[in-house]
Amino acid sequence: MRKVIALLGLGLLFNHCEANCQQVNVIKWQEVQEVLTTSSDTTYVLNFWATWCKPCISEIPFFEEVQKNYKNKNVKVVLISMDFVKDLNTRVIPFVNQRNLSTKVWLLNEPDANEWIDKIDPTWSGAIPATLIINNSKKKKVFFEQKLDYDRLVKELSDFL
Amino acid sequence: MKNKFWLALVAILALGMATTLFFRSQIAQASPNGYSIGATVANFTLQNVGGNSVSLADYKYKKGVIVVFTTNHCPFAKAYEERIIGLDKKYASLQFPVIAINSNDASDYEEDSFDNMKKRASEKRYSFPYLQDLTQTVAKAFGATRTPHVFVLKNEGSKFTVQYIGTIDDNYQDPTSVTKRYVEDAVNNILAGKPVVVTQTKAVGCAIGWKDA
Repeated sequence: MRKVIALLGLGLLFNHCEANCQQVNVIKWQEVQEVLTTSSDTTYVLNFWATWCKPCISEIPFFEEVQKNYKNKNVKVVLISMDFVKDLNTRVIPFVNQRNLSTKVWLLNEPDANEWIDKIDPTWSGAIPATLIINNSKKKKVFFEQKLDYDRLVKELSDFL
Repeated sequence: MKNKFWLALVAILALGMATTLFFRSQIAQASPNGYSIGATVANFTLQNVGGNSVSLADYKYKKGVIVVFTTNHCPFAKAYEERIIGLDKKYASLQFPVIAINSNDASDYEEDSFDNMKKRASEKRYSFPYLQDLTQTVAKAFGATRTPHVFVLKNEGSKFTVQYIGTIDDNYQDPTSVTKRYVEDAVNNILAGKPVVVTQTKAVGCAIGWKDA
């Protein structure tokens, strides 16, 4: 329900956007938790990034490629922004529209990160970029606290498909 | 009957040891190459923005130091800048001052160059040293991975030991919504001669840009 309201709200705010215009959902931990615990046979690629993080931005095109090329293989990519929620309209949405990103973008508004970092992966120190690939029905996950490129993503995903 | 009792006891002990080892390994993974809680910190000497060099050993008459790995460019570090200044204001007079260290490779972000560090320190009137870790050896020794990343050190007769590793508090976005002040709690406990309760926390931060990485 909350998601629907958020979507409607964003839709009203940005209804000037044309077909390709992507929406950025501001989410709470619960939404991430749902991905981490879903029983569906979907492989999720969760990338933690921010608009001001240079290594993060340099790897975004690779995630776009993955999202396009693996759409029909039950792979879903989500770019989870660590930008401050106050920067949503001034930085995050303009960034997403300028780059014409088709990958889903969330802004995780949970400032008490100590509560959730270990739930993504206990080895994560909290530095970004960071990426989690997870498929619950296959009981598989891998985590990276580093920059990845397209070849590496393809190699890692081959273990999930 | 007696045999069963011993068997159960051995099983319980083995399980206990296994879980302890499991959790140990998890903690060890969090900072693979750096100091863990209780570790003794080796002396270091770095260039300060004021032109002088500063060593940890210079603080041998203090009760401890709050070592903050930070940068100019990182929005998380910027969000915490006033709070870092506030920590020094509050604790320097209690013999527990701040040492700020920038270990970021300045070729990643021009904003993190030594000249820009000098500018920032003077603009914001840092009351504490702002040191450049050009070779990144200090960040590696500590196991710092992101900014800001705080290490609270207790000093006992020139022996500095790590008592807390983590974030300053539980809200990087809004200082007025903070409920847990981890660094203050740690320092207050050390000053009171008590053990630190929460010794490790995590936070999202900018990855320290390593050279040749």
